[in-house]
Amino acid sequence: MEYFVQQLINGITLGSIYGLIAIGYTMVYGIIGMINFAHGDIFMVGAFTALIAFLVLVAVGITAVPLALFLVLLIAMALTALYGWTVERIAYRPLRHSFRLAPLISAIGMSIVLQNYVQVAQGARVKPLPPLVHGGYTLLEGHDFAVRLSNIQIIVVVTTLVLMLGFSFLVARTRLGRNMRACEQDLKMAALVGVDVDRTISTTFVLGAALAAVAGLMFLLYYGVIDFFIGFLAGVKAFTAAVLGGIGSLPGAMIGGILIGLIETLWSAYFSIEYKDVAAFSILIIALIFLPTGIFGRPEVEKV
Amino acid sequence: MKEAAIAALIAFGLFVLLIGFRTDPGPTGALVLSTRFGVLAAVVAAVFLGALARALVLQQFAGPIERMVPVSLKAALSRMAPYATAAFIAFAIFVPIIFYNNRYLLDLGIVTATYAMLGFGLNIVVGLAGLLNLGYAAFYAIGAYSYALIALTFGLSFWICLPLGGVLAALTGVFLGFPVLRLRGDYLAIVTLGFGEIIRLVLLNWQNLTGGPNGISGIPRPSFFGLPFNATDHGFAATFGLAYSPTHRVVFLYYLILALALLTSWVTLRLRRLPIGRAWEALREDEIACRALGIDTTTTKLTAFAIGAMFGGFAGAFFATRQGFISPESFTFTESAFVLAIVVLGGMGSQLGVAVAAAVMLGGFEFFREFEQYRMLVFGAAMVAVMIYRPRGLIATRKPSVFLREQKIVPAAIVGEARTGTPA
Repeated sequence: MEYFVQQLINGITLGSIYGLIAIGYTMVYGIIGMINFAHGDIFMVGAFTALIAFLVLVAVGITAVPLALFLVLLIAMALTALYGWTVERIAYRPLRHSFRLAPLISAIGMSIVLQNYVQVAQGARVKPLPPLVHGGYTLLEGHDFAVRLSNIQIIVVVTTLVLMLGFSFLVARTRLGRNMRACEQDLKMAALVGVDVDRTISTTFVLGAALAAVAGLMFLLYYGVIDFFIGFLAGVKAFTAAVLGGIGSLPGAMIGGILIGLIETLWSAYFSIEYKDVAAFSILIIALIFLPTGIFGRPEVEKV
Repeated sequence: MKEAAIAALIAFGLFVLLIGFRTDPGPTGALVLSTRFGVLAAVVAAVFLGALARALVLQQFAGPIERMVPVSLKAALSRMAPYATAAFIAFAIFVPIIFYNNRYLLDLGIVTATYAMLGFGLNIVVGLAGLLNLGYAAFYAIGAYSYALIALTFGLSFWICLPLGGVLAALTGVFLGFPVLRLRGDYLAIVTLGFGEIIRLVLLNWQNLTGGPNGISGIPRPSFFGLPFNATDHGFAATFGLAYSPTHRVVFLYYLILALALLTSWVTLRLRRLPIGRAWEALREDEIACRALGIDTTTTKLTAFAIGAMFGGFAGAFFATRQGFISPESFTFTESAFVLAIVVLGGMGSQLGVAVAAAVMLGGFEFFREFEQYRMLVFGAAMVAVMIYRPRGLIATRKPSVFLREQKIVPAAIVGEARTGTPA
């Protein structure tokens, strides 16, 4: 029982990180109907940016952990958002009227570029970071097993929740959010009624990348080690989360993320850790075949 | 000028942390930070000059890149295409004779032909039927592992195992394709990616059967219709009264894979003229119209998938017999992406394009050996650039397979317009 509760906590933490990445997929897919295959690598770039920003801050003498973390968060979000913007501008915008598979192939190319760029610039070896946030609480005391909730887990979940709420507010209540929803329904129509479509799409990429940067920082803090390849697996799992929750839906992305996190953790805990990625990929395939609209998605109407 | 400055500023923002600083594990295991502002300045300056040059060039030639090539040159090139194909095949056939003593080049030729064959196989799926397959390495892996396991367990010869490898890969293709092929294009791509990874992970973890990360070694080498390539009295050299030389086997392997690749290409070209091939191309252009015309889309997709998988399986069996050793390392997503890059750069649907792309990319691999770490970077960038500037591939023009009297070239611009709408 205690073991189960512990896995539940771990799964929700992991799922929050997936959920943050999934938002980037779900928004982009909702608006321009393409899978931003490079998004997982944007997440990886975010994690690297956060790592280097932290080391630079330490080098210039800012060592108070809360302040440093806050600054790192801002820097990583800003710079990663710039990556999101650039990727859209270079690789996707010129293809908006190309044939169906062109943006996806271009995105795969971009994903290869980002991965190898980081590998060349920072080396292929894993980057460890000593744990910055210590401590935690013991929730339940079993006879041989204690359920622990660490501070870092609290930070991850709370940050995710705050960002989710802020983001939902942005989409539901602001002018930008209204533009985004208009573009999601019909790009041409939105342009006709005066929405700057290009700018809205750019903003979507920027926001998605900023959230991915937060996820990158959380991943770095939670696991304490990153390499240039983390974006691939995390990207596929987050995409699975987006599909599972219903692509285009924000709460869907979050719930999908947590589901994937839970499934992965429980699978590793009770079945076999070697096959945990197989479990994630199988869920992706099963979800796409049997539940292509997800939990919160709308059925897609195919038009000629 | 102003745009170039903005581009440089953005580049500075992009690269300041990731290029300006470098982290390396220090003596204590903690990361040590070092600065590289020189490299950063160089990269930013390059972006600035690049943006400036681009603006100048665009001022000179207002209009798309396509128009910068004179029409007469294009016409001459398209007239040369059949000769180029013949010349290319002739060159490929004479390679072992010209470079008989250059073992290194022969090996390179074998690898190139393997990738060309993979490219042809994937081209059936991606280029003809328009189904993006991101897990092609899985079929390659199934071909290789079936060959290795059947040959080792039952002691069957290469010529029996090769078709078996292909058939098993094709069956896997059908097995996978059956449930997923009604998905839309990009969902299908992601499912094939997931499938490719599952196969790789199973190969990695099913220790009893596949040897896990250690792979399978001691895979039997191919024989010349029963004559082994060794120095014994019953070997190939002794039977034909030649002095034994290890090069015989390399040359034989080279011709074997060349024949397989040409077979793949020939089958593809013939299939394109059959009703099924036409159905594939129609499916690529417009699935809804296809359904309206009464084409069974599921069967059509399934055949494309299975035939593509079969050739992948053949290539895999060849790979296993050439290497004598296989492990899951050889069948990662990078491998699928690499084959896809060959198809995309060569031009989806173009046979000559794929062959040239395979030769250029693998030749480039070797030529720029000292810049090895940059090569995937360049390929990724090339994929993006090709999609933007020449979505039909670098040397491809789309020719209709079926035509009345006169063969018309369909310009990429018209083809592109077929799908302007974004999905609702």
